[in-house]
Amino acid sequence: MKKAVVSALVALVLFSLMIGIRTETGPSGQLVYSTRFGELAAVVGAVFVGSIVIELLRRWVGPVGGVELPAGVRSAFSTLGRLLAPALLIFALLVPVIFYNQRYLLDLGILVLTYVMLGWGLNVVVGLAGLLDLGYVAFYAVGAYSYALLAQSGLPFPYFTDTYPYIAMDFLQLGPWAFWVLLPISGLLAALWGVLLGFPVLRLRGDYLAIVTLAFGEIIRMVILNWQDLTGGPNGVSGIPRPTVFGIPLTPGENGFAALIGVPFSPTHRLVFLFYLILTLALLTNWVTIRLRRLPIGRVWEAMREDEVACRALGINITTTKLSAFAIGAMFGGFAGAFFATRQGFISPESFTFQESALVLAIVVLGGMGSQLGVALAAVAMIGGFELFRGLDQFRMLVFGGVMVLLMVWRPRGLVSHRTPTVFLQNQTEISSSLVKEGHG
Amino acid sequence: MDYFAQQLINGLVLGSIYGLIAIGYTMVYGIVGMINFAHGDIFMIGGFTALITFLILVSIGLSAVPLILLIMLVVSMAITAVYGWAVERIAYRPLRQSFRLAPLLSAIGMSFVLSNFSQVTQGAQVKPIPPLITGGYTLHDSGNFAVQLSNVKIVVVVTTVVLLAIFSYIVARTRFGRDMRACEQDQTMAALLGVDVDRTISMTFVMGAALAAVAGMMYLLYYGLVDFFMGFVAGIKAFTAAVLGGIGSLPGAMLGGLAIGLIETFWSAYFSIQYKDVAAFSILIVVLIFMPTGLLGRPEVEKV
Repeated sequence: MKKAVVSALVALVLFSLMIGIRTETGPSGQLVYSTRFGELAAVVGAVFVGSIVIELLRRWVGPVGGVELPAGVRSAFSTLGRLLAPALLIFALLVPVIFYNQRYLLDLGILVLTYVMLGWGLNVVVGLAGLLDLGYVAFYAVGAYSYALLAQSGLPFPYFTDTYPYIAMDFLQLGPWAFWVLLPISGLLAALWGVLLGFPVLRLRGDYLAIVTLAFGEIIRMVILNWQDLTGGPNGVSGIPRPTVFGIPLTPGENGFAALIGVPFSPTHRLVFLFYLILTLALLTNWVTIRLRRLPIGRVWEAMREDEVACRALGINITTTKLSAFAIGAMFGGFAGAFFATRQGFISPESFTFQESALVLAIVVLGGMGSQLGVALAAVAMIGGFELFRGLDQFRMLVFGGVMVLLMVWRPRGLVSHRTPTVFLQNQTEISSSLVKEGHG
Repeated sequence: MDYFAQQLINGLVLGSIYGLIAIGYTMVYGIVGMINFAHGDIFMIGGFTALITFLILVSIGLSAVPLILLIMLVVSMAITAVYGWAVERIAYRPLRQSFRLAPLLSAIGMSFVLSNFSQVTQGAQVKPIPPLITGGYTLHDSGNFAVQLSNVKIVVVVTTVVLLAIFSYIVARTRFGRDMRACEQDQTMAALLGVDVDRTISMTFVMGAALAAVAGMMYLLYYGLVDFFMGFVAGIKAFTAAVLGGIGSLPGAMLGGLAIGLIETFWSAYFSIQYKDVAAFSILIVVLIFMPTGLLGRPEVEKV
């Protein structure tokens, strides 16, 4: 009771000016204000009641906390967990079949898969190598802009194309193959930027690394925003070529995909194709990550995450280890960016803000760092949840931030906080991720 | 030369504002070893509370400028300090024993909450106010360019210097300052010796927030406007300042703030205004590479 009164009082102080009074620009350009004491009272009252409810819940649930599940239930859970990944995969494969007529759901599926891919890409950097990267969106942007600019105008440097006209010609004459040629190029360019970022930050760790990568992401965004000649500045790039099914365009014309396989044209075909495309890209990311984890390079990443000093002492080259992690993570970000550009047909700096980086990082951490399944689940939960709140409009980001705080307080180790070790001696066991020291690298 | 002198003055004023925010970063980093990501948004809240206080005071017919300024200062410091306390309580305290990424992310979430909270409650437009402190001096007039020193710039710099002196005194001389430095060294040991660690950490956040509120109010006075998004960029720049000066050091934060303010102003004046943020962030990267401990920082001893 006393607690509730205190929190209500705090809320009153906190919200007195911000909610109680609303400032508006008046007719003459001067600021005027109006009072909203009703809303203020409602919010303070809600805090009061809410804190009583939470306290009661805590008393009710509190002593029960930390209960051990019976062995049978636990083994059932772990069987369920093992079946979950294949089940999800089969479901993902079937989504376009089940929801063929619901374009909105297909669109949402594509969006979720894009974030799954981004999450898996960032997972290499944060989850495996333990390098805290808050500027991941920079690579996403590099991939998107590389694809958009190369596909639309060849090499965008006039002085360069004057000397070597055939380079620009080549990129423009790719025609329907543009996406398939430029996708790897975009990925490689993004990886190059990953290395460029990696070099200066080799000596940093933890929060410093986080803030430098954040600054790097902002630098990339501001350059895109201000380099009008190249990137179109705030207007973005439009008319980006659509993807084709290995050279066959998805158009209603005679050479279109629909005509070729003899079915009537429907715009949904492209959505289905995009869905499978991003699913393939995401699975590729996943497959490569799992493979890399078993290779020496992946083990070195994890060793570096656990103890960089010991790694150095064992003669491991930290430089190449860090750079490779940045480069590979960035490459997947670049692929996702190229896919994003081709899906939207239009990109602008608006899509590459710090918010996106935070969202992807939240997905990785919420998923339980390093857990592939967890990242996928977290992406479904976050993006799906984000879509649910679409109706809330301006409150959406407010809710998103609040959920981020609550989730961290509730499960700082993420949804899937157990995982199988990379190497084991005889029996495959599960380890708790609370043994893992992320974020120090 | 005159142009240079004018830019020097502008840079010093901007630098004082950055320095005030940077002190909050430095204190929090010193005590919990984490970047308080929501600090920039606390600065923004400070600006808003000052703005709203100003509107109320004017509408009830108060006209004595020093009195208005004083009330604005006190009210915005008090309310913003509660915000600082709440951020620590909600986003940091439950995660104190957790691994490092969790508080970082919850603070990022908190930063989203604060900036969108003010967007929702106050709208997304830029809020301008009429200039409150007018007048000034012409220091030097060469005919085609006059070096101006307006009163508002004097107020900003003097307030900053006075507050810096007060807070340095608190940290260096009072009981609370001693507790704070003890917690910086070793929280467990400090707790064993009878320091209330929780309370000290809370108070550190409160003090940082109060200083950010002053910075927000100075920003409002100097630029005559606030908006909900100003916290993010100002926050990163102030963090840059804190790092540049050597994180954990109060005079260092101020020095770093001045350096960032000067660099940014000169960059805008002589190169391009569009890329001023790029310049500031590039400096952050360069400084961290070549001087990870900053100008006045202590070298960090790594525990093996």
